[in-house]
Amino acid sequence: MRVEIKEIKKYFGDVRANDGINFQLESGNIYGILGENGAGKSTLMKILSGYQSQDSGDILLDDKAILFDSPAAGLFAGIGMLYQDPLDFPPFNILENYLLGKSKNINLNFSSAAKQVSALADQYGFEVDIKAEINTLSLGERQQLELVRLLAEGAQLLILDEPTTGISAEQKEQLFTSMRRMAYDEKKIIVLVSHKLDEIQELCDHAFVLRKGKLVGQSEVPCPNERLVEMMFGSLPTRRERHPSVHDEVMLEIKDLKVATYRIQIDGISFTVNKGEVLGLAGLEGSGQGLLLRACAGLEEIDGGEIIVDGEIINDQEYHQRRENDVAFMGSGRLEEGLITGMTLTEHMVLAAEEHDFVINWKQAEVETKSKINTYQVIGQSSSTADQLSGGNQQRFMFSMLRTPLKLILLENPTRGLDVRSTNWIWEQLYERRSDGTAIVFLSADLDEVVDRSDRIAVFSGGKMSRIVNANETNVDELGHLIGGQE
Amino acid sequence: MNNSELIAVLASILLQASPLMIAVMGETISERAGMINLSLDGTMLLSAMAGFIAAYETGNVWLGFLAAMIVGAFFALIIAFGTINLKQSQVAIGFVLTILGDDLSAFLGQNYTRLPGPTLGRYSVPILRDIPILGDLLFNQNVVFYIAVLLTIFVWWFLNKTQPGLQLRSVGERPEAAFARGVNVNLIRYAYSIAGGALVGFAGAAYSLAIKIGWSEGHTRGIGWIALAIVIFGGWAPIRGAFGAILFGATKTLATVLQSKFPEVSVVAFNAIPWILMIFVLLLVSNEWVEDMILKLPKRFHRPLRKFLRVSPPLALGEEFEKK
Amino acid sequence: MKEKLKKFYILIPVLGALLFISILLIIFGTSPIEAFSAILNGAFGSQQKFLNTSAFWVPLLLASTGLLVTFSAGLWNIGIEGQIVMGALAASAVALNVEASKPVMLTLEILAAMGAGGLWAGFTALLKTKGKVNEIFGGLALTNLSIILTNYMISGPWQPPEGGTFRGTAPFASEALFPLLASSKFSPLALILSISALALVGFILSNTYFGLKLKSLGKNHYSAFLLGVSSDKEVFLSMAFCGALAGLGGAVRVLSWFDSLRQSISGGIGYLALLVVMLAAYRVILVPFIAFFFSSILTGSISLQLKTQLHSSLGGILTGVMVLFVILFGDRKKIFKKKMDQNNE
Repeated sequence: MRVEIKEIKKYFGDVRANDGINFQLESGNIYGILGENGAGKSTLMKILSGYQSQDSGDILLDDKAILFDSPAAGLFAGIGMLYQDPLDFPPFNILENYLLGKSKNINLNFSSAAKQVSALADQYGFEVDIKAEINTLSLGERQQLELVRLLAEGAQLLILDEPTTGISAEQKEQLFTSMRRMAYDEKKIIVLVSHKLDEIQELCDHAFVLRKGKLVGQSEVPCPNERLVEMMFGSLPTRRERHPSVHDEVMLEIKDLKVATYRIQIDGISFTVNKGEVLGLAGLEGSGQGLLLRACAGLEEIDGGEIIVDGEIINDQEYHQRRENDVAFMGSGRLEEGLITGMTLTEHMVLAAEEHDFVINWKQAEVETKSKINTYQVIGQSSSTADQLSGGNQQRFMFSMLRTPLKLILLENPTRGLDVRSTNWIWEQLYERRSDGTAIVFLSADLDEVVDRSDRIAVFSGGKMSRIVNANETNVDELGHLIGGQE
Repeated sequence: MNNSELIAVLASILLQASPLMIAVMGETISERAGMINLSLDGTMLLSAMAGFIAAYETGNVWLGFLAAMIVGAFFALIIAFGTINLKQSQVAIGFVLTILGDDLSAFLGQNYTRLPGPTLGRYSVPILRDIPILGDLLFNQNVVFYIAVLLTIFVWWFLNKTQPGLQLRSVGERPEAAFARGVNVNLIRYAYSIAGGALVGFAGAAYSLAIKIGWSEGHTRGIGWIALAIVIFGGWAPIRGAFGAILFGATKTLATVLQSKFPEVSVVAFNAIPWILMIFVLLLVSNEWVEDMILKLPKRFHRPLRKFLRVSPPLALGEEFEKK
Repeated sequence: MKEKLKKFYILIPVLGALLFISILLIIFGTSPIEAFSAILNGAFGSQQKFLNTSAFWVPLLLASTGLLVTFSAGLWNIGIEGQIVMGALAASAVALNVEASKPVMLTLEILAAMGAGGLWAGFTALLKTKGKVNEIFGGLALTNLSIILTNYMISGPWQPPEGGTFRGTAPFASEALFPLLASSKFSPLALILSISALALVGFILSNTYFGLKLKSLGKNHYSAFLLGVSSDKEVFLSMAFCGALAGLGGAVRVLSWFDSLRQSISGGIGYLALLVVMLAAYRVILVPFIAFFFSSILTGSISLQLKTQLHSSLGGILTGVMVLFVILFGDRKKIFKKKMDQNNE
């Protein structure tokens, strides 16, 4: 099998997820696709596997142009994709999940399915408890099952999207062994989408590096890490001059924090953030940094450890209490968490205010809202509804609702989708708060932002937090390694 | 109470439960595909009326059932069209149809109230009816009972043992993953909404043609809501749903029995039993304290108890699906 | 021009509903024009009829006003029917057991009715917030219990002395009843109460922090939570508020529409109120007009039944079909909306 990708383009509004990508894949090889958050890896793979269609460009399969209308069609042609969160059915048992969509027969043949699954699982060294339900399995086990299913359907090209996030070291070894076997013994094409340098170096024969929707380089691997890091990140921005205003006292202290969810868990996290300090959290999305922020905000229940703000243990406080005690949280989904479609800016401002009279003085509220949107340069009227604002203005408006003073601000992707001017402006506003002693902890999918805006940086990978590095002293190489999961 | 009395009581419980079982099966397959048909109460009234009139006019009960199924399917079709194509709220449309079905049945059936009509009767299964106790209980019943039992078994088999059943469940659990497996999500939702609605229609006619014979205004009022609650109590599973139906069927019989035992208590007081039971069972299956209680017991009891007491709805129940 | 057309778009479902009913009438051998004019005549034909339509309108308006509050918070208070019944029951309890002057009686009856309706709705809210029982099911079960309780009281403890008819209690003392206008069923006092309730709700929803919190909960539960709104408390308060108004509506039913507690005391006005508010698309200002429109259809169809033997549920069908068509086809924007591509990266 030979796959050729020609000038693939896919735009989402103004975002160029794929901007003319070309490469070729040949049988019997393991390829790595490397790139930062938002580089366009997932989009490209979804197009290749039939989950989405490209705006323009061609995919040639053995020199024949193909266009799939669904992933099922892709798999029928021999292209199978294993998603980070496998597309399986949590309440189903393993055999039901395996059999769904497999044949046109009315009757489900469980015994032959059991044989097939066991045989394939044995062949690749997976241990499968045939009777189990999907929602009792670990992520690693679910991935193994999905692989078995794709192989049974005759996949010749297998795409694995960040398969090692959230699985054990042992499972990872097993996975890699089976991938080698598929490529070298069975002459399939394996594509590993990853941001972890180690894995690419260990497993792949050839790596393609994407950045901002374009293919920026490729290399035989193994090769020096530095080469890949440079292609992935370009160069780090020069940090803008600014005066740090870190005070001596501690504002936030995390002691041995443990938070576990169905998807991922963080454990044994400890660190402190001083008053006036900005801590940036980097890493692949969903690696545990969001969980940490939400645990601090009181939106995620913690399973162990302590969260101390300004000397007070706040473990038992609920989100609303923490909010009253000057801990603020801003999530990245603006219209899902924070703003309300169909409500005006003035209404938002009244809701978010610190004190409320029973009867609202709309005149006064409107005056205050106008002055806020003036100060925060929100383009919109006090009578506009939140959903009428552009993304950047929604973000500015959310900042305008933050109270003053605050002890701790927890931010997810504070400037996602904003232009440079808005980004700079928002950070100026945040920095101004440091003189009150406000500590800021934020996560960002954009590594440049983390490096540029933080005093110190921590990197998350698969639920583990790296050591904390000083933003002034770090370099692209060190961060590349930390993001790649190397200490 | 002697033995034959007891058997008679149990047989009456099963008979009372039969149409409920059929309605519960219909709503179960619809909700397992992700579609809430809230209109059950109105659908059953209208189909009970339509079934009776069709049977009365043609003299054929089965044509009555057919008419009732068409009515049920049509109401379900309105909900499917309104939610899948027009993107409106399932609850809003379902509620309006509940009210509308009630009024339409009163209006259209006004000239047919309290008339004798054709009925679906009892059928004794040869040989099996001679089994002691069980024969009288299970094999000397109204035809509706056999249909309800066979339907329950069929739905269980269909959902759990067949490819189309698997596809039905997949669109109610995770439509985007079902799409990835080549399943046509909205087509399946249409199909099982309509099929489910038809079964609900059948259940309505089962009242007017077999269980509570004849037609009068508000003939089955309230039963549709009970069926909806049983679907939840049954954890969206056919066998458990059937037991839920029997439990509620028992309250009807229980009221009759209690009434004869305690003639001094007003008749109406016993009518409260199903509604109190409804609150109780919904509290039992959806509340968190049940989980807390389970966690206090030894670990080996956790899974079976949870299976027995806890239910969780299909993950994508009531959610829209749109292809990207 | 386009803007003008937009305004008239809403008429299409209404005309569709009228067409549907006309076909139904023709099937039943009645001329639609005659039937509609009989309905109109039944609703407005004389001063008496007009006043009776208004008398039907008042409790419907009270219930609809209450529902504005719960709908605003995103709650399906289908149990409102039971809250009306409980209000009627409580008012009857006072009427049957207390002897006092009219003002004292009326005050006690109104307070009892509002308390009972609020309590019934409060139960539904607690079942929802503490017991995770959806308000639709909790409300329905409680509605049926309230109806059963009414039937029990009528056939038992409150049976009229001359023997049970199962239809109602004996008429209340005149001190217990609302003062009525011109020997109709219409009570100006009840009208004043319901208009004040509507004004109060309008004010609460648009001018108070409580109203704003409800609105935010109804539109986006999670964002509202993040902005500091505690949903359990607001759910309880909004339900209890609605229940109190519904209970007052129930009192008006027993103390002005009837003069005693009857079977099916509510006459379905709770469900009708849900339709009113859905058709009004939750806008306060439209509610009294739509409620009046519905009242005239329903009272008109009752006199249609007296005249032509056509079942009075025709009025219910007309309102139901109208609301169904408006829900299905009224929101033109939603029907033709194009979903924006979402960024999946």
